[in-house]
This record gives sequence, structure tokens and C-alpha cells, in this order.
Amino acid sequence: MSITCQLSNLTSKKANQSTGGVRKPLFFLILCGLTTSVVIVLLIFSPLSKKEETSSCNGEARVLFRHKNVSTSEIHALVSFFSDSDQVTSFECRKESTSGLRSNYCITCSLNMEKQSCHERQCFIPDGGVPWNLNPSGLEHSISPEACVSDNLEQSILQPKEHENHGEEPENHGEELDWDLSTYLRNTWWWLILGVLVCHKIFAFHSKAPTERKEKGSLQEPLAQKQQRGQAPSKGAGRWRKNILLLGVMAGVSVSIWWFWDTNEKIISIRRETLANMCDERARVLQDQFNVSLNHVHALSILVSTFHHGKTPSAIDQKTFGEYTERTNFERPLTSGVAYALKVTHSDREKFEKEHGWTIKKMETEDQTLVQDCVPENFDPAPIQDEYAPVIFAQETVSHIISLDMMSGEEDRENILRARASGKGVLTSPFKLLKSNHLGVVLTFAVYDTSLPPNATEEQRVEATIGYLGASYDMPSLVEKLLQQLASKQTIAVDVYDTTNASGLIKMYGSEIGDISEQHISSLDFGDPSRSHEMHCRFKHKLPIPWTAITPSALVLIITFLVGYIFNEALIRIATVEEDCQKMMELKARAEAADVAKSQFLATVSHEIRTPMNGVLGMLKMLMDTDLDAKQMDYAQTAHGSGKDLISLINEVLDQAKIESGRLELENVPFDMRFVLDDVSSLLSGKANEKDIELAVYVSSQVPDVVVGDPSRFRQIITNLVGNSIKFTQDKGHIFISVHLADEVREPHNIEDAVLKKRLALGCSESGETVSGFPAVNAWGSWRNFKTFYSTENHNSDKIKLLVTVEDTGVGIPLDAQGRIFTPFMQADSSTSRTYGGTGIGLSISKRLVELMQGEMGFVSEPGIGSTFSFTVVFGKAETNLPVTKFERFDLAIQEFKGLRALVIDSRNIRAEVTSYHLQRLGISADIVSSLSMACTCVSKLRNLAMILIDKDAWNKKDFAVLDELLNSSKESTTRPPKILLLATSATPVERSEMKSSGLIDEVVIKPLRMSVLICCLQETLVNGKKRQPNRKRRNLGHLLRDKRILVVDDNLVNRRVAEGALKKYGATVACVESGKAALAMLKPPHNFDACFMDLQMPEMDGFEATRRVRDLEREINKKIASGEASADMFSKVSSWHVPILAMTADVIQATNEECMKCGMDGYVSKPFEEETLYTAVAKFFEFG
Amino acid sequence: MLGLGVDRLQADINRLLTSLFHQGVLDEQFLQLQQLQDDTSPTFVYDVINIYFDESDKLLRNLRLLLMDREFSDYKKIGLHLNQLVGSSSSIGARRVRNVCVAFRSASELSNRPGCLRGLEVVEHEYHYLKNMMHEIFQLEQQRLLAAGARYPM
Repeated sequence: MSITCQLSNLTSKKANQSTGGVRKPLFFLILCGLTTSVVIVLLIFSPLSKKEETSSCNGEARVLFRHKNVSTSEIHALVSFFSDSDQVTSFECRKESTSGLRSNYCITCSLNMEKQSCHERQCFIPDGGVPWNLNPSGLEHSISPEACVSDNLEQSILQPKEHENHGEEPENHGEELDWDLSTYLRNTWWWLILGVLVCHKIFAFHSKAPTERKEKGSLQEPLAQKQQRGQAPSKGAGRWRKNILLLGVMAGVSVSIWWFWDTNEKIISIRRETLANMCDERARVLQDQFNVSLNHVHALSILVSTFHHGKTPSAIDQKTFGEYTERTNFERPLTSGVAYALKVTHSDREKFEKEHGWTIKKMETEDQTLVQDCVPENFDPAPIQDEYAPVIFAQETVSHIISLDMMSGEEDRENILRARASGKGVLTSPFKLLKSNHLGVVLTFAVYDTSLPPNATEEQRVEATIGYLGASYDMPSLVEKLLQQLASKQTIAVDVYDTTNASGLIKMYGSEIGDISEQHISSLDFGDPSRSHEMHCRFKHKLPIPWTAITPSALVLIITFLVGYIFNEALIRIATVEEDCQKMMELKARAEAADVAKSQFLATVSHEIRTPMNGVLGMLKMLMDTDLDAKQMDYAQTAHGSGKDLISLINEVLDQAKIESGRLELENVPFDMRFVLDDVSSLLSGKANEKDIELAVYVSSQVPDVVVGDPSRFRQIITNLVGNSIKFTQDKGHIFISVHLADEVREPHNIEDAVLKKRLALGCSESGETVSGFPAVNAWGSWRNFKTFYSTENHNSDKIKLLVTVEDTGVGIPLDAQGRIFTPFMQADSSTSRTYGGTGIGLSISKRLVELMQGEMGFVSEPGIGSTFSFTVVFGKAETNLPVTKFERFDLAIQEFKGLRALVIDSRNIRAEVTSYHLQRLGISADIVSSLSMACTCVSKLRNLAMILIDKDAWNKKDFAVLDELLNSSKESTTRPPKILLLATSATPVERSEMKSSGLIDEVVIKPLRMSVLICCLQETLVNGKKRQPNRKRRNLGHLLRDKRILVVDDNLVNRRVAEGALKKYGATVACVESGKAALAMLKPPHNFDACFMDLQMPEMDGFEATRRVRDLEREINKKIASGEASADMFSKVSSWHVPILAMTADVIQATNEECMKCGMDGYVSKPFEEETLYTAVAKFFEFG
Repeated sequence: MLGLGVDRLQADINRLLTSLFHQGVLDEQFLQLQQLQDDTSPTFVYDVINIYFDESDKLLRNLRLLLMDREFSDYKKIGLHLNQLVGSSSSIGARRVRNVCVAFRSASELSNRPGCLRGLEVVEHEYHYLKNMMHEIFQLEQQRLLAAGARYPM
């Protein structure tokens, strides 16, 4: 889950998404949609803030324009004042042109190009500079706000590269950096989310295919590692992942909170900035307007000084003044009225009053100034003072104050004094104007004598003062008017304060509405340095809910939680899968253990059953040896037979268990397959003959005599199959066992073997020939499906592959049961076991055995016709010089028979072939004819016929008589007439003797043919007088142990006695000792013991130790003898001492057995003795002794 | 009359033996032992069983002494004794004695003293049962021999 991996995956994320998005595509789509929508929202909002900036810029531009507009229009007003009123049109025209200029300016401003704005300003200054040439002192006022405007512009437009002001650059860089960082963080976060999603998809993909997990790269490394580790580490990893998840979710939440905070902060700062901009703008506009008015009032003062005092007679009277002021009132939008008061000293009062025809009146109250409801006549005459300032001219709006002495009002007096001292306009503190009942201020300008030098002192100014020009400003209407011209006056509330007195702010304008918490204060400069004013701005409405901040962060939060949820689910799923896997492993282990236990149980149980069964069988055998009458004998035999069956069944079960547990190992010994088949046929011939089934065995001549393999298992398979066949064949037909090389059968077109040819021909036409004449199924089909049959790749030179078929004419296998025929304990149907007996395990074992022999087994079966089982086995080729393990007596016989000729008369060719095969094994060459009559024709041609074998089917007396005659007729020529042998499937002894006694036939041979039987018969008939070789007497324990001297070593008296008794019974001479030490003493050469039975568990010196010591001793002495140190005579002329030591032990475990061998023992017998085991153990040493 | 006695006695012996086999007190090893008895050693079984009882008496006495000792700790010795007992019991085919001895032995291997004591009791019980039964059988056998001897005096 590393970020690097995510980043590396980013390039291929599309591909990953497409591969990974199998599981929850809808969910993923929703997430994608959310992501994109959030991005879009962000994109929309970022230019919005910029727009605001430009809009504020526009506002400023308007201010700038207005300022210019004001200055230009002022000139025109002045001109029009002095010219006639018809010149107004030219002014209008000019105004039109300025509006064009205005639009031009707007465009340039909106482009935000600082240079152009600067250029515009430069253009503007000479343009605007024209009126200010009239009075340089006014220029200062107009330039300072301009500079301010341009500064504001610079600040609001964030284009640091193009900035002329180098001082501001670092700050702007900082801002940019800040912005970049947050953008970077935001982007990173998005990539993170995307990466996490991609990871999750990959992860999900992996968890879907857990088998491929390990192959995947470093991404799943923790997982793979965890898998390799055990359960405890996996839990640890799970906790680790949980922690990571928790951390991730927390990080997501904190990112979302941070984002919200950041955005909110930005919004607030933008708001504040907007507020500040707007406030500043308003303040500036107000200030500008005020200043403009101020300037105009100033100009008016100069006008008055020029035209009233500078000319005699005065060019201005009340009417002119009133008209002019009225007409230029638009220039002073803030003033409610202007008035001019003359400076009159007390000495001049009389003259002045007389000149004007009214008395100087006093203002009634101090706080009621210029405007009053009552008529001026109601005022009292002004009290006597040093100086008066009676109003002589006044604008129409305030004409009622003419003749009022301004010096009499407290505010006005102070104002007048300050104004004439400073030479600039001064303001009163705000007070309520009576007439409008609004707060207002009064601006006063002093009018000087024109002779006043520019750098005059205060006294000079006071001296030069000739009058005062006053203008009253109605603050609320002033501000109202201003604000109405500006945009977004709805959103902003403005207060204006007079802050000259720091402790008590005097509110000049404002309302109570709005959010007091955030307000911006801009200072106002109304050109009077002694007074200070402030503008307080605030938003009318509270901060709206910052959706722009909430939405993305909420989305981030949601996404975080969703991703967290997904991961959590995935983790839980991983945990459950792991748990399941663990459980499965456990169950698997348990199942395996149970399987092993089952096999062991089976092995143990069958072993346990076998032991007592052997006892039973042995006892029965012994019982049968005693004198029993026929009935008893029959019972005993039945019991014995049943016991044998049981034993064989148990053996089968044991085999099955062994095969299943994989413990069955095949032998690899050379053996003659033909003898094995002979054995099988002789074993089963009894049963076959009982049922009158013809049993035939045929082995192809290409099959080598000796092969290397496991004869007993091979026999088991054959016995099984043939046994089954016999079981399921009823009183008709045949069972035919054939063995061929697989190579022979593979190419059906050049088959040389006659039998095979015939059988394959049978496959082609159903009317083919079989051994018994009954139809059988096509054998070809039974091996058609063998996988390895046709493959030649493992065609090894020292391996041969054999194909064995067992064909019967039984009831066949029902079609629906054919699929499960090889399943253990499954018979064709449940009634089978009732009808035929058996457990159904035989075929399964056979199949397994065949598979162990690298072969295959298959069958074809047709109900009612029969079945053919066939299997392949791979055997090793025996070395050619290996002595053929035939019985010696057969060798002798074969020597006798070699070179003889025989005639086989059989109506069925295939059976004849089988007979001839058996004869060929004895070295007898055979000719085949199909009937007796045919034999008659050819018998004359055949010289030196040793025998004629006639099948019982082909036998009839009439034809035989002819043949016999023929033979006897040729008797003269030949010394020995051929012997006549009849081949019969079954023949009772009575029949046989009858046949024999008739003289026609020399011997009846009962089929199935097999070597031993054939040899016996032939020997009897051909080699008269030759005594048969006596059967070798079976060796038994008594012979083996007779007169042997045996030492029994056991500490247990009882055991000793039992062993002694057992061995003595077999004729051995037994000596007993009770400890290992005593045994050591007894076995010290020279001694005359032939063997030693040693108990393993003895106190002091156990059997192992004693044996080791004995072996050491023997080795030493042998060495001595070898080196000649001691003569062999000393040691009873035995040159090499090695007394066989057999361990006696109660519990035979494999390990114990190995240990026995390790310490020099020759074998072991389990206690208590059993004849068989004792025999096998002892036989090794005494057989040739 | 006497002949009948022989048959009856033989039947009794057989019945007794059958029941012992049935109960699992004896197993086929006892039959093997009986087979070992022939004309050359007519009292083989009797001798062996007597030796067995002598030995086992000794062993059991030792075991009891060992286990009764309060500061007892020599489980190894118990194991040896029990091995002897197991061996001889399996030799004569005293199956139940052997089996309980095996259990006893496993208890002693675990140094489980209460288990050992219980094992000893069980072994003694089984042993005495066997002993009584065998004595009975031998008595019957003797009677049978006497009867047989009376029937067919040699």
C-alpha cells in the first residue's frame, strides 16, 4: 500500500481498472462519479473568486473615471457660467465623448494589464491636470487619491511578474507559494484516493484469485508473506492492517477537516478582503466626492475673492451668487448649501449694516446653525463683538441665513478661526442640521485678499482674511447618494464616524443592521488635518453557510468512509477466508489422519483376525489329520474351506488398505508367467470343472519365458478375474485366458499369432469361433480405450508390455452397473452378493494392482453373452543368461518329449491352437485337424506320430474306429503306435476308467491343460514303467529343529519353560539361562549351540546388549583364528563363529525389528511362538545346515 | 460309571475353559501351551502354570511392598516387575492379567501413584481369579486322570 506503488500504478490505472473492475463495477462507477463531480466543483469555484476581484477592479475603475469626469465637468460648468447658457450643448457633447472614454477605460481595466492602466493614468493626468492649473494647491488633493487608487489596483491584481513595485514581490511570492502548496496537497489527496481505489481493485482481484496471489509482485508481498507464516503472524498482520486502515480513515477525516477549515478560511478571508475592498472603495469614493466638493468650495471661495473683492464694484451680488451656486450645485453633490460671510469688524458694523440695510443677527442657539425653520427676522441682532461674520450671499436653499452672524455660533466661530488661520477648508464636528434634522458638518473656507503670498504666516492670513465661504454637508444624504451609485450596496452596511475625539465616536451616518462581528474600518480624509473620520463597513447579512467548503470536504469524508468501509469489508473477508483456510487445513489434516487411522485400523484388525484364524485353520488341519469318519471329515473340510475363504477375504481387505495407504510394494523377481497361469488354472480348475466350464490358457509364443515382476500379485489379479468369471458363468461356455505382447496386438493387420487372429476375426464377425463355441464379446473393445496402449513413447528396451485378456461367457455385467464396477465394495447390484457371494473388493484391488504395475484395466461386457476383461502390465525383461526357474522334474520331462510329434483333432480351431500351445511348451510339435475323418486322411502322411489328442467334442466311436484301424494297419511299419489321448472338460473317474478299459484310449486328460498335468499323463502313457518322481516331502519344523542345540535366554521362568517346551516339541535340545550375562558365558566360543533365542527385555543386560557382546566376542575370536593366533582346533574346528541369535519379543514393532538387525541379531520371533513364524525364522539357518 | 465320570470331568474342564476363553481370561496361547504337553512331558501345563503362580506371587508381593512404602519413588522397579508379569502372563495366555498389567505399567510409567495402586488391586483381583480357576481346572484334571487311570490302567 505504499504510495510509490500507487504512483507507479497511475500510468496503468486505466488498464488496472478495467481488469480489476469485475467485482463491484457499479460501486466503483459511483465512486468515480463522485470523484469527478468533486473535481468539477473545485474547478468551478476557483475562477469565481477571481471574478470578484475583477469586479472590484471594475468598481475602482469607475471611481477613477468618475473622478476624472468630475474634474472635467467642473471646468465646463465654470466655462458655461461665464459664457452664455447656450454653450451648455458643447458641454453635453464633451460629456458624450467622456462616456466613450469611460467604456474604453473599462475594457482596459478588465484586461487587468497594469501597464495599460498605468498608461491610462498618465494619459489621464495631463487631461485632468488642466483644471488644476488654476490652483496648484488643489492638485495635491487630486493626485493623492489617484495614487491611492493605483496602489489599490496593484494590490488587487495578483500579477507579481509584471509588477512595477518591487517591494511587493516577496509578499506576492509568498501568497503564490501558499496557494501552490494547498493545490499540491489537494492534488496529492486526489491521487491518493485514486491510488487507494486502484490498489483496492487490484487487491480485490487478487483476493478473487487466491491461488495466483503468490505470483504477484511486491504489492501483495505482505499478504504473501503472511500466508507463508503461520496463524499467529496472520493475526498480527490482520491487526496491523486494521491499524493501517484506522490510520488511513483518520488521515482521511483529518484531511477532510483540514480541507473544510482551509476552504472556510479562504472564504472568510475572501469575504473580509471583499469587505475591505468595498469599504475602501466606499471610503475613497466618499472622500473623493467630499474632496471634489471641497475643491469646488475652495474654487468658489477663490471666485468670490476674485469677483467680489477683486472688482469694484463687485461683480457678484446675491442673485449672481445664488444662480451660480445653484447651477454648479451638481458639482457639490454633498453640500446642501453654500453661503458667503463677510469679515466685518465691530468698527465697520454700523457701516456694513447701513450698506446692506439689515442688522447682523445672532444665531439663536449655539447648536442651531445655518438652517432654521424660522425666518431670519426673528433672530435677535448680534451682540457686540470684536468681529462679525455676517452672511451676505447664500445659495437659494439656505437663503434664510443671510445676515446671520456666523461668529455667533460656537461651532462656526471656531471653524472660521481655524479656517482663516490655516488657509484650508476646515470641518466642524458633526451636529444635527435643524432643517433636515440630519447630521451634518459645515465646511468653512477663508477668503483672502488676493495679495496674500503663498507662504504667508498665520497672522498674515488672519490679516488678509476678508470673508468666509461655508458649505454645509448633509452626511446621511451624502453617503446615501454615494452608496446608491456603487454596486452591491445591498450587501454592505456602512457607518461613518467622526473620530476626532478618540473617546467618543460621533456617528455621522449609519444604521444598526448588519453583522457587527466582522467589520472593516477605513479612514477618511476630508482634507481637514485636525479632524479625522472613519468609515466602518460590515456585511448586512451574516456569513452564509459555506457550502463550497462543506461540499468537497463532506465528499472527501464520504469517500474516505466508503473506502474505509470497502477496505474493512475486504479485511474482514480476508480474515474469514484465512480462518476458513485454516479450518480447511485442519479438517484436511484430520481427514488425512482419519484416513491413515482407517488404513491402520484395517491393517490391524485384519492382522488381529488373521492370527486367530490361523489358529482355527491349523487346528482344523490337525483335526483332519486325526481319524475322522467321512461325515466329520466333511464338516472339518467345510470349516477349513470357509476359514480359508475368510482368510483370503481378510487378505483382500488388507491389500486394499495397504494399497490405499500406499504401502504396498511390488516385488521384482524373475518368474515364468506360464507357470503362474498354470498354477491359476490348476487352482481354479476344480471350480471350473464343477460348473462344467472349459478353462483354457494361452500364452503367445512371443512372450518371453521369464519376465521380471511380482508373480504373486500377477497371480492375484488373474485369480481374481478368473474367479469372478467362474462365479458368473453358469454351466456353459468357457473362460479363456490369453497373454500377448502389446506390440502384437497394436497392429492388427500383420498378426502372426493364430489364436489372436481368430479372436480378432471374431470381433469383426459375430459368428466367429470361440473356445467353447458359445459366443463371447469382442475382446478388441476391452483394450480400445487404454490410454497408454498405443503410445510407443515408453517403448523401453528392457520393459515389455503384456496384454492379458480373460474372456468368459457368463451373465455379463448390467449396462448401468458397468460404470461402478471398479469401485471398492460395489458390486453390479446388491443381489449379486446374495446370488454369488463375495465382497466386490476383488476387482478394485485388481485394478489398483494393475495400475501399480503401470498398466490399465478395462472390460467389455454384454449381458447374457459374457464379459471380457483385459489389462496391460509392464514387466521387466529378464537377463538372458538367467537360469530358467523351471522345476527340475519338468526339465527332465521336457528332455524326454522333445522332438515328438502329435496330432490334435479338434472341431474348434482355436481350442486346437491352445492344445498345441501346451504341447509346444513340452517341445512337441503338433498338427491340427478339425475332425476324425479328416485325421484319417492325413494320418497316413504323418510319420512318427507319438500321440493323437482328441477333444471330446470331436469324438465319436464310428469315426474313431476307422482311425484306429488305420493306425493299427500302419502298426507294422512303425514300432510304436501313437497313443490316443482324449481331452475332456470333465469326466468322472468311472467314465475315465471305462474309456481306458475299452482299450481304445490310452489316457483321458482333464482340461484345463497345464504343463504338470500334461507331463504326468504323457509320462504315464508314453514312458511306461518309469517311476514317477516322488513328491518332495514338505519340510516342517520338526525336521528343521531336530537334534539342534538351542539356547534360550529369558529372565522369565514361565517364558523359559514355555519356549523350552515349544522347542523341545520340535525335537530340539534346549538349554536355558536366565540372564544376558549367563548367555554370554554360554555363548563364548567354543560352544556347541546351533542357535540362540534371546529375550529382549531383561534386567541388567538386555537382549540387544548381550547380542552385541556375543558378536564382539565372536569377531575377536574370528580375527584370532584368521591371523593364526589361535588354531581353529581350539574352537572345535570352526573357522568362523556366528551363532544365529533370534530375538524373542512380545511386541513386534518395526523399529524394534530394525534395532534387532542393527545389533547383530539374525531375526526375531514374536512371543508366544507360532509354528509358522518360528518356521520361517528358523528355516533361514537350518535349511541347508 | 467311571467312564461316565471321565467324560463328565472332561466336559466340566472344557466348559470351564470355554467360559474362561469366553470371558477373555485365557487366550489361544493357553491352547498352544496345552499342545506342547505330550507324552514326554505329561505335566507340562501344570508345571508351567505352577511356576507362573510362584513367580507371580513373588512379583505381586514385591509390588505391594513397593507401593505400600510411603517414600516410594522407584517406578522403574515396578516397571521391571510388571514386564516380568506381562511376559509370563502372555506366555501362558493369561490374557486379562496381561491386559491389566499393561494398564498398570502405563500408569507406573506416568508415575501415577493412585493409578498404580488401583492397577495393583485390579491385577491382584484378576490374578486371584485366574489362580482359583486354574486350581479348579487342575483339580478336575487330576480327577479326570485318576478316573482315566482307573478306566485304563496302564
